[in-house]
Amino acid sequence: MSKFVKLKKGFDIKLAGKAEKQIAGVVQPDTFAVKPTDFQGILRPKVLVKEGENVKAGTPVLIDGKNDKIKHTAPVSGEIVAVKRGDKRKLLEIVILSDREIEYVEFPTYTISDIVNLKKEDCVEPLISSGVWPNIIQRPYGIIADPDTSPKSIFISAFDTHPLAPDQDFLLKDQDKFFEAGIAVLRKFSPSIHLNVNANSEVSGLFSQVKDIQINKFSGPHPAGNVGVQIHHIDPIRKGDIVWTVSPFGVAQIGKLFLEGRYDASRLIAFTGSEINSPKYYRTYTGANIRKFVENNLKSEHVRYISGNVLTGQKIEKDGHIGFYDSQVTVIPEGDYHEFFGWILPDAKKLSFHRAFGLLSFLMPKKDFVVDTNTHGEDRAFVQTGVFERVIPMDILPMYLIKAIMAEDFDGMEALGIYEVIEEDLALCEFVDVSKHDIQAILREGIDLMQYS
Amino acid sequence: MKLLRTFFDKQKPHFEKGGKWEKFYYIFEAHETLLFTPKSTTNATGTQIKDAIDMKRMMMTVLISMIPCLIFGIFNVGYQHFIAQGQEVSFLSLDTLVIGAIKVLPVVVVSYATGLSIEFIFATIRRHPVNEGFLVTGMLIPLVMPPTVPLWQVALATAFAVVIGKEAFGGTGMNILNVALTARAFLYFAYPTDMSGDVWTYVGDTQLVDGYSGATALAIAAEASTAESPVVAALGNSWYSGLFDFGNLIWGQIPGSIGETSVIMSLIGGAILILTGVGSWKIIVSVFGGAYAMGLLFNVIGANTYMLMPAEYHLVIGGLAFGAVFMATDPVTATQTETGKWIYGFLIGVITVIIRVVNPAYPEGIMMAILLMNVFAPLIDYYIVQANKKRRLQRATV
Repeated sequence: MSKFVKLKKGFDIKLAGKAEKQIAGVVQPDTFAVKPTDFQGILRPKVLVKEGENVKAGTPVLIDGKNDKIKHTAPVSGEIVAVKRGDKRKLLEIVILSDREIEYVEFPTYTISDIVNLKKEDCVEPLISSGVWPNIIQRPYGIIADPDTSPKSIFISAFDTHPLAPDQDFLLKDQDKFFEAGIAVLRKFSPSIHLNVNANSEVSGLFSQVKDIQINKFSGPHPAGNVGVQIHHIDPIRKGDIVWTVSPFGVAQIGKLFLEGRYDASRLIAFTGSEINSPKYYRTYTGANIRKFVENNLKSEHVRYISGNVLTGQKIEKDGHIGFYDSQVTVIPEGDYHEFFGWILPDAKKLSFHRAFGLLSFLMPKKDFVVDTNTHGEDRAFVQTGVFERVIPMDILPMYLIKAIMAEDFDGMEALGIYEVIEEDLALCEFVDVSKHDIQAILREGIDLMQYS
Repeated sequence: MKLLRTFFDKQKPHFEKGGKWEKFYYIFEAHETLLFTPKSTTNATGTQIKDAIDMKRMMMTVLISMIPCLIFGIFNVGYQHFIAQGQEVSFLSLDTLVIGAIKVLPVVVVSYATGLSIEFIFATIRRHPVNEGFLVTGMLIPLVMPPTVPLWQVALATAFAVVIGKEAFGGTGMNILNVALTARAFLYFAYPTDMSGDVWTYVGDTQLVDGYSGATALAIAAEASTAESPVVAALGNSWYSGLFDFGNLIWGQIPGSIGETSVIMSLIGGAILILTGVGSWKIIVSVFGGAYAMGLLFNVIGANTYMLMPAEYHLVIGGLAFGAVFMATDPVTATQTETGKWIYGFLIGVITVIIRVVNPAYPEGIMMAILLMNVFAPLIDYYIVQANKKRRLQRATV
């Protein structure tokens, strides 16, 4: 049953500052945060706690007023110190001042063999009330899965091809039994579980020894590790289909909940990027404040902090908190400078997918580049064609899909494959676009149109 | 440099919202970004880094690829001038350069001046940034003009092409017809006498050499066909010995539009476009393929002597090479799907040869063929996209 898929299209963005596979000394930040902006499709975020209140790890702090089935819980125990709001009172983050010793809300514990005998209904309750449920993402739309639906299959990508991405094996070191238990829980929801591994590197025992699931091998440049690309080649989403995706960390977290009875948000975070002095992994909890990790650990001061990777991540402040789904922080130089004749002088230091006059980076495919946040050009009309197609290893015409979205052509969007992609799948298009469009934002507008109208 | 930067920083507030020259912001922006890349950074969400390419660099790459054609064209205009007068000069000499430059550079200047003025006016009125597309169009227009073209006609054609051919459709990226070819087609139909006949050589006022004829290879081929004599023989029988030999047709020391005569120079430009990935190699290759295939087919039919002309001659006479490399590859007016590019290019080649051979009214077919296929490009794309939709719908699941 296992498949081997070889992909040719795509582009590996090679950046300087990959994290060494080493856990740096213990650093624990003071605050952690739950950010509704991390989740797609929360229409009316509702805070369940007040400033000054004490919570345990696993206490619900946030729900969606429109869909109260799903709960978001505190990653650590401590005191709620701030409920931050932005323009128009938009909820930005709920900040928790962490206790030194984490106290947990206790949930029932099971053994592996108990889990096998559990019914689906028995699994849903702890998954939801503990707050691990948001790890389960539903395609189409890339939103938190609806517990009442059953997907035709569940996909897990065991490798990440994003720039400077953390090593998934390393993130789950010594968590084999939790991962296995997580798979056992997920099997309640769909008999068809696909674990997709990198064909070009050795697959660790963690992933290869899980029983009763289909293991597929993928090879190729980024976005080969994107779960959306993998679904497209193994079990494509057609109209009406539902597929769930979970990250390996999410699977292990689910397993831990059932074996140990806790919402354990501890995780390894890779601090990467050209501006980090010594890029390494740190052990902390979901939603950690990054200040202590980056302070005295930077090569320069004028930098951008990104929760996640440079393609799909989000800019955060020096005092900001890491997103729910991110096991990576990237720090790169800000690019707010003018450059004299920067649009024509030959330059071997600038990274480009293209080979237009003076862009010499293609001569050095092995080099790690230092790339800043400059846009290198202004917004223009679509002119160049055939470039997006070269970075999307799917039978999808990205340019036509984007144009269908701009024209709000519903039939077109559907027929051209909007159900199969979310932002991360087209992120490379945004990177390589000569006309500098915000492809990911446009795609989300299209997805919202399909979902809500 | 720093002085310039300070100057721009000082002037900027006047052009920004609320400033006294707010209306002219995009003109200011165009000049500022020509000297300095903007300091804008990526958004808080979305990709945090962007590729080093931009529209300016892409368009400059096309412009650079046209330089061999321009330089060759300048020398060739001078060279044709002297051999028409019976003077022996070497191709690369100061004399040819001077005469060529005097005829060619004003055309280039007029084309850019007219086009850019209109671009600036539209950018101001319609409040959009000045697009870099005209960097390329402004050079393409002179290269497809005969050396004897009156300058006012260049200005008029450029104005027509930019306003009706491009801005009327919504500006860069929206036009259906190739802008430079629109300019050329406009002159062809509005001022046919200045666009055909003995216009391909700047002869000047002096006495011409005996037996001189200003006809191009295309005209000779068409005439030979009417006279039912073999085309290759007619080409070999030129007033100037060896002018239309196969080798010289490739090299390009022949009368014709300013920049289109040399197949070699066009191919050098094509190589630059292909190596840099800016032009589609699929289109270039398939235009040549289509023309050759149609030439062979005509060889088989053989109804007149033009049809019997060896197919490879079609690739080197007229402006086929120039059109294939610089006109057909315009990404805005070509097909946008990769499969479509094969079909589009191939049909341009086929139709070019059909127009040349079958339709005696138009000696050159490439201009018409490209304009025609510009119109059909969306249709080709439509079928490719429909096929994609259908295939996606019918996918079997595991």
